[in-house]
Amino acid sequence: MNRKKLQKLTESLTKNCKHLFRGFDKDNDGCVSISEWINGLSLFLRGSLEEKIKYCFEVFDLNGDGYISKEEMFHMLKNSLLKQPSEEDPDEGIKDLVEITLKKMDYDHDGKLSFADYEQAVKEETLLLEAFGPCLPDPKSQMEFEAQVFKDSHDFNYDI
Amino acid sequence: MGLALARAAQWTAVGHGTTTLESTPLNEAIVKEIVVFVESVLSKHPQAARFVFIEPLEWKTDLVPSAFGLGYVTSENTVQSEEVDKHGEPLLFLSKSKIKVRSFGQLSRLLLTAKGTKLKEAQACLEANRDPVAKILGLDYGTAKGESFNQLTILEKMTMGVGPEHEIKMNVAMLIQQLDTYLLNHSLKHIALEIHLNPSTVRNDIELLKSCSGKGKETVLESIEYTSEYEFSNGCRAPPWRQMLGEMCYVLVKPHDAETLCITCCTEGVFLNGGKTDDERELDYERKSNIYKDLVTFLSEKSATFSENMAKKENKFDEQQKKHLQQDEAPKKEQTVSKFDSAKSALDQINFVRSPIRKRLQPSLNWRSTVDSKDKNSVRDVPGETLAARLEKTRPSLIPGRGPVIRKVLERPEDIVSESSSESEEDEEPPDHLLEANADLPSEYWQIQKLVKYLKGGNQTVTVIALCSLRDFNLAQETCQLAIRDVGGLEVLINLLDTDELKCKIGSLKILKEISHNPQIRRNIVDLGGLPVMVSILDSPNKSLKCLAAETIANVAKFRRARRAVRQHGGITKLVALLDCRQNSSEPSQPSLYEATDVDVARCGAQALWSCSKSYANKEAIRKAGGIPLLAQLLKTSHEDMLIPVVGTLQECASEENYRAAIKEERIIGNLVKNLNSENEELQEHCAMAIYQCAEDEDTRELVRLHGGLKPLASLLSKTDNKERLAAVTGAIWKCSINKENVTKFHEYKAIETLVELLTDQPEEVLVNVAGALGECCQEYENCVLVRKCGGIQPLVNLLVGINQALLVNVAKAVGACAVDPESMMIIDRLDGVRLLWSLLKNPHPDVKASAAWALCPCIENAKDAGEMVRSFVGGLELVVNLLKSDNEEVLASVCAAITNIAKDQENLAVITDHGVVPLLSKLANTNNDKLRRHLAEAISRCCMWGRNKAAFGEHKAVAPLVHYLKSKDTNVHRATAQALYQLSEDIDNCITIHENGAVKLLLDMIGSNDQELQEAAAGCISNIRRLALAIDKARYT
Repeated sequence: MNRKKLQKLTESLTKNCKHLFRGFDKDNDGCVSISEWINGLSLFLRGSLEEKIKYCFEVFDLNGDGYISKEEMFHMLKNSLLKQPSEEDPDEGIKDLVEITLKKMDYDHDGKLSFADYEQAVKEETLLLEAFGPCLPDPKSQMEFEAQVFKDSHDFNYDI
Repeated sequence: MGLALARAAQWTAVGHGTTTLESTPLNEAIVKEIVVFVESVLSKHPQAARFVFIEPLEWKTDLVPSAFGLGYVTSENTVQSEEVDKHGEPLLFLSKSKIKVRSFGQLSRLLLTAKGTKLKEAQACLEANRDPVAKILGLDYGTAKGESFNQLTILEKMTMGVGPEHEIKMNVAMLIQQLDTYLLNHSLKHIALEIHLNPSTVRNDIELLKSCSGKGKETVLESIEYTSEYEFSNGCRAPPWRQMLGEMCYVLVKPHDAETLCITCCTEGVFLNGGKTDDERELDYERKSNIYKDLVTFLSEKSATFSENMAKKENKFDEQQKKHLQQDEAPKKEQTVSKFDSAKSALDQINFVRSPIRKRLQPSLNWRSTVDSKDKNSVRDVPGETLAARLEKTRPSLIPGRGPVIRKVLERPEDIVSESSSESEEDEEPPDHLLEANADLPSEYWQIQKLVKYLKGGNQTVTVIALCSLRDFNLAQETCQLAIRDVGGLEVLINLLDTDELKCKIGSLKILKEISHNPQIRRNIVDLGGLPVMVSILDSPNKSLKCLAAETIANVAKFRRARRAVRQHGGITKLVALLDCRQNSSEPSQPSLYEATDVDVARCGAQALWSCSKSYANKEAIRKAGGIPLLAQLLKTSHEDMLIPVVGTLQECASEENYRAAIKEERIIGNLVKNLNSENEELQEHCAMAIYQCAEDEDTRELVRLHGGLKPLASLLSKTDNKERLAAVTGAIWKCSINKENVTKFHEYKAIETLVELLTDQPEEVLVNVAGALGECCQEYENCVLVRKCGGIQPLVNLLVGINQALLVNVAKAVGACAVDPESMMIIDRLDGVRLLWSLLKNPHPDVKASAAWALCPCIENAKDAGEMVRSFVGGLELVVNLLKSDNEEVLASVCAAITNIAKDQENLAVITDHGVVPLLSKLANTNNDKLRRHLAEAISRCCMWGRNKAAFGEHKAVAPLVHYLKSKDTNVHRATAQALYQLSEDIDNCITIHENGAVKLLLDMIGSNDQELQEAAAGCISNIRRLALAIDKARYT
């Protein structure tokens, strides 16, 4: 496999993920080391639900204080209403969405999402895993990636 | 501008606090006109453009400061106009998207600046300032209070103030007033397009047609009249609940050249309805023709004479109409106002429960009364307007009283129209009813509306959030289901299925799956083309997605049209493919977060197939797609959730002959029996049901016994709490007991006793099967005795008075079977059972007749003093003889058998001979049905015992065909025929006929038969023939 191809694939694998780097770079040293890279890939391709929940929560918790606050949610959702309903303040809609999300996921009603809240909500409804924006590769690009990367190694055991 | 905005514009009540303009064509037109007006002010009325508003118009703008150019002082966040008022305040001030404007000049420049978004700006401005006139000119000019604002008030004001400033103000007021009038006229045209007819135009039409109808060639119609004399205060004659659909009256029209037409006149036009129903006072309201714009068009289409004569009358008619209208014109104004006020109040009463919805339509309601007065003004203003134009205006002005009803209903006609054609053949289609029928709109409605809005307008992240929140509502509740539909959520959900977003698809299907439990939603999903998309999802590599799609299809495919759609889009093949668990197990499972197992997929596939298998063509399709081996495979699993749909599908399909064969081949019976022993009631039910269907086949009945299925069936009999299961179990027992060995087993398991207990207090489905089972079991004598001992005779006889045809057939059979036992017969006789059976001969259904006639045979045979008993039924014998005229062979055979028994009594034989039994029996002789042949021959042989009946049979040519019966393969037929021929051969002429038809050789063979009676009869017959031959020889030689 040539370098270019891998690059392209990796790109497609991670194109949706805004906060990818931060998620990978665990020790915050500004670059992704080989072990960090492998850990990240492992999570992307073979991660269990729990691992993914943890990863996504870390990504969404922008300031790393252990909670996803209303402000963080607002920030993450602010560009997600494509068609602004003309009669309203565009921010209104987002605020409303934040409220809706909180109502759904904030189990302890403290106005912010703790990891426990998030975990419980996702376990109840897996669709909420990437609640505030995509941060995991979608199955299609994931399959393409794997097909490319693993195509030569026939002895690779997929089911590990 | 004020009035038009307050009245004509359609405001929504959505959201809290701020109201918004609905996006309707009418509103768009109004906003456009206002923009054009404002833009023109600067150039056309420079004076007015400088007029400073009393209060600024304030709203939130999307314009950015940088957009403003020359003539404005702009900073980063604010914009001020260089133009100021006399106090030095700027006429335009923008700060943080809030804008204040204080003159038409500035407004018009602003709109020019806004360019592409000027409509949006104008709308935002109008929405933020509900009463712009009051802000521009001061409160006393305001129109929001509902007061009309016209020249008079302006004149009043004008006389009050003096000075040039005041003059400008008046100018502005006049300008606005003109715009207002213009807008109202404009919106009128819009509304006029929507509405065609109203009660008074219809009445005029009908009255004019009436005056031109009658006998004679000149008239256009023979007659025209209302179906109802009663007229409601709003001019309609339709009953109130039909008025809600916009219908006004119904007329019966008899054209010269066609049948009487029953016509519905409704606001959309006129159409043919179903006419009077059997119940004289009711009409069949369903639409049977296209909608025509008025009566005259409709009738011209339907009747050639009408259009011909109409053409002649055309001129006259037109004149008359004009005159009519002119006369009407003046009083009509007043009339209509009062009439429609009352109409409105009447309708208010009718629609009282709907008030929440009507609130949003209120503006157009108020509008009516003011437009009437407005109209008068404008008519006076524009004297040049034609009569027709005036008519155009008065017409729509009459309508708004009915407006809310009509408009609400307008969405419905398409529904109804599309249904009446295709849906009439649907199985279970509950009438679609409006949500607002259940009073207030719940708060969920608005929340759901909001979520659907985000669903539409958000990216996939928001969509997923909205979908998840939607699922938090109680989707099993009808209000929520219908709310999703009514706010347009179904379209969005179905559209989502077409996207590439896995999560959106899953979320959407999760909701669709829940709400498709509602029959109306199912239909809507089909109408919106949801099925093809779901069928294509069945190919998806994602298993959860497949599962959800299959489950949704299972819910939706509960009616025929949906099932057809699934098949036509290749859904059956794909669903069958889902059943194959093994298919994917060797492949690496696709890594996904939302994983379902192969077993789940198969289960969901089976569920969908179960729903689909209710259609005949789908059963075929499932078989062709190789579904049976897969179902058989799945049947070996032990998951109850899996087994139920699998067995359910099999049970549905087993109604088909070739399925039963396939089921036998796949050795499915054993597994069905195994699952009878399951703990799950539903599973037991479906297994029993499947056995019931399959046991139509003799081999299957054997198989059930061999697999030990009879014992569990018998033990399930004692569990009577679950009626569906009980019905299925008794059904299975019934069919299995057709096999004699099975009956022995059932006897052993004491099932007979339990069955007898079930003869009382059970639903009819159970009773039918129980009676059927007893009928079969009692073919064994010892079981008859058993039934009597358990006290089963009385409940059986009691059931003879029912009306359920299937039940009567089985009960009659069971009673007949019991009557073989003389002691039971005594009980039956005492309970008047014979008379009840006899009266069943009058039942219109041939199966019941036949069953009753069969049952009568043993009764007559075993009753004490049977002849007297039969005679005691007044008209009974005549009834029986006349049944020989039936064309049902089973009935004929059974009646022949009954006649055989009746004729044992000489007196009765004499009576039926008088009723003409001989010719009737003779007429039946040319049949090929062996069963009928046998009983017919027996009856003939019995009837020969009276008077000259023997000769009479010969005269009616019954003998020759009888001889041919001897060529039949059935020994029973041979015996009966030989006996009959033996009797008949005592008549010389018959003897000759028998001989001529070559009976001797056949009879000689039968003498060699093992059947003693046959031997005897054949020999007797031959001896008669021989004797005759000898006598002839003797006569010849002497």
